[in-house]
Amino acid sequence: MKDYILKRIVAVILPFMCMYGFYVILHGASSPGGSFAGGIIVALSFIVFSTIYGLDEGRRILPESVLVWTESFGTLWYGLLGLIGIFKGVPFLANLLAGFKPGTPGSLFSGGLIPLLTLGVGIRVASTMVTLFFTIKEE
Amino acid sequence: MKIRNVLIVILALIALYGIIISVAEMPPYGSPDNPVHNQVSERYIHKALEETGVLNMVTAIVLDYRAYDTMFETIVLFTAAIAVVINLKKYHDKSSSADKEDSLIK
Repeated sequence: MKDYILKRIVAVILPFMCMYGFYVILHGASSPGGSFAGGIIVALSFIVFSTIYGLDEGRRILPESVLVWTESFGTLWYGLLGLIGIFKGVPFLANLLAGFKPGTPGSLFSGGLIPLLTLGVGIRVASTMVTLFFTIKEE
Repeated sequence: MKIRNVLIVILALIALYGIIISVAEMPPYGSPDNPVHNQVSERYIHKALEETGVLNMVTAIVLDYRAYDTMFETIVLFTAAIAVVINLKKYHDKSSSADKEDSLIK
């Protein structure tokens, strides 16, 4: 696309979109929203960028190796965090039983394991959406 | 042919009677003493903050009480992405451009 206004507006909005996505992901424990919604917003920022600036530019800022890595290890990260519970002698994916600190409710890292899981699922959803977009667009 | 149609109508009416009877027996919508409002939701509402430490009850259910479910939801996403990539991705094979269809197999 060769629209100057679109390109300038996207260049201004895009960092805030991506940052807002990570905000929604990280505050999933204390406010509405969460990993799925935030991941979609992060993915949307990259999708907007590669729609306006072209697919090659999108590929340049988000290389295929990063996408392959997050695709492959997102669920494994979730499973490894769950295995901590088994090593402590409590059920799989146990949270406070496994000795994680609950923190003060409402702060950023409250709820022990939950922010880490939220971050994993959010990055996972974002990489899936971007992969689907890139693959279908290339086709 | 006629007898078959009549039999179908009679069977459908019997099934409809059963469905209407069971709908009439259902508890009223939104009533507080419905059987769905049992000790499970009671426990989620009263103990979620103390057992998980997060304010958002939906997050407490999705990522703590039902963490298995979320894990396999991410596997659903993984499967969708893998299926699309396998079916649609072009494998750029610089050496032999003659048979692009077979490049995946070779």
